[in-house]
Amino acid sequence: MSTLPTTAAAPAATAPGSGTAGGRNRRTALLRWAFLAPALLYMAAFFGYPLVRNVLMSFERYTPTTYFTGEAPFTGLANWRAVLADPLFTDALWHTAVFTVGSLLGQFTIGLALAVFFSRRFRLSALARAVLLLPWLVPMVVAAVVWRRILDQEHGILNAALQAVGLTDGGVPWLNSPGVALFSAVLVNIWIGIPFNMVILYGGLQEIPRELYEAGALDGAGPWRTFRSLTLPMLRPVVTVVLVLGFMSTVKILDLILALTSGGPADATQTLGTVTYEMSFMRLDFGQGAVVGTVLMLISAVFAVLYLRANRADTGTGK
Amino acid sequence: MPSTTGRTAAGPRPPRSRLRGAWNTAAALLILAVLLFPLYWMVATALQPDAGLDVDFLPTSPSLDSFRAALDSQGGSLLTSLAVALGAVVVCLALAAPAAYALARFALRGERVLVFTTLITQLVPGIVIANALYSAYAELRLVNSYLGLILADASLGLPFSIVLLRAFMVSLPGEVVEAALVDGANRFTAFVRIVLPMSRNALITAGLFTFLFAWSDFIFALTLNTDDHVRPITLGIYRFVGAHVSDWGAVMATAVLSAVPAAVLLVVAQKYIAAGVTGGSVK
Repeated sequence: MSTLPTTAAAPAATAPGSGTAGGRNRRTALLRWAFLAPALLYMAAFFGYPLVRNVLMSFERYTPTTYFTGEAPFTGLANWRAVLADPLFTDALWHTAVFTVGSLLGQFTIGLALAVFFSRRFRLSALARAVLLLPWLVPMVVAAVVWRRILDQEHGILNAALQAVGLTDGGVPWLNSPGVALFSAVLVNIWIGIPFNMVILYGGLQEIPRELYEAGALDGAGPWRTFRSLTLPMLRPVVTVVLVLGFMSTVKILDLILALTSGGPADATQTLGTVTYEMSFMRLDFGQGAVVGTVLMLISAVFAVLYLRANRADTGTGK
Repeated sequence: MPSTTGRTAAGPRPPRSRLRGAWNTAAALLILAVLLFPLYWMVATALQPDAGLDVDFLPTSPSLDSFRAALDSQGGSLLTSLAVALGAVVVCLALAAPAAYALARFALRGERVLVFTTLITQLVPGIVIANALYSAYAELRLVNSYLGLILADASLGLPFSIVLLRAFMVSLPGEVVEAALVDGANRFTAFVRIVLPMSRNALITAGLFTFLFAWSDFIFALTLNTDDHVRPITLGIYRFVGAHVSDWGAVMATAVLSAVPAAVLLVVAQKYIAAGVTGGSVK
């Protein structure tokens, strides 16, 4: 796995003064920490602290007046009980699952197909691949706003096109019907995530030694056979990375849904991210918001563990 | 897509393969047209200010009026985004460069620690950070402040910047720094005078990405601001469509303007985009 031009030179990173006397070593150690300290302190404040604080907050009682009185008393499991009994939370859990699985399936399938396609050598291939990254680079809120216009039931271009070819009469209520809105959100997120999948999978494809393909061709393997028994197995570590990173960034999505549907209609597109936001920043119940946020982190953590294991297996055999 | 992953062998191409190349190019253009259509539609709508709700497929008489309207109502937000993103770049690089150098030069168990740390940072959702940060910010009086938002946005680029800069600094020849040390410079001066200038390209790339991440930030802008004192463009466009939208031309013009940094990045730092896409957690 080397999307970054790193790792290979790692052994060179030995301390220049490591072989000399103890005093020099101690000075080097001190200096090393001086260089590292600012970043470490910052990380502790902006990643470590929120992580811990969030868990603590989930056991505290926050009300709209908390920020005037400064009082958030310990309430044990009250927030957890309230949230777990809240149908909004259970619905959101389900929506998040559908949204994440649907998005990943779509992004990955299309991303892989494009990565394979762009591995062919032809004119404009590299340029087209680069330009395809735009949807991922545009701010997510902006992309969602554009899609909101395209998916408009009465004046959106998508329904206009579908009506023109006679596929629908009244227009599909992409964002207005509780039964369709989540599907639309998945659709938009697939569009946003395709470049991410394509780029990483393309990188992975380029790492597969070409001789293997030549050997396969000599053995008379057809294109589909080659893809299934050569490309996919060789690509497996990259596939794991793509899916896990994709999972971690999809499961927590907030921007896209807020700008596209605001969680509606009738809470049909509320996910764990939007519910956290709603509980904390709309209802000002930061304790309950923290519960949902903690659940979100726990789900991500499980997949992070999977990732670490895949990553370790990869570094063991790699290079 | 039952296509081949095999590549055309080098050497003079037979006519059949040239034909296939043309088909591939045509297919690629079709894919582009489909996938980039939403962005085309954004531009097309922005160029038709008088179209009302029914925009023509082709802007036959394009006008920049919508851009004027967008700048009138959202110009301030664009400037705010610019200031915040630049601030985030400064904070991020100031933290990342020394840390990356330490990880590259002094024997640390850098690799493992780095992968693990970047992973943790990916794992903590933005909304969770905001949730906890808000109470801390309320006490520190950082809510509704530029400084508060800049500090929070710097977190979006930091892990990636450290990974990128470390990868670059590992490849710098250690002798150059050693020579400076022999000449009497201390480690810090050597770092500032020699390592930083030599790492210029990597610093620019890390800076560009941090700029884009901060420019695209929505969660911190939404949660760490309770009034309109600090309102970056992502928040601006969100509020713009939150109210009943009458002028979609202006909304889309705002969208176009806020997508400009993405386009610039695509041109300038294409090479590193694969690394940026993963936020640095793929080695």
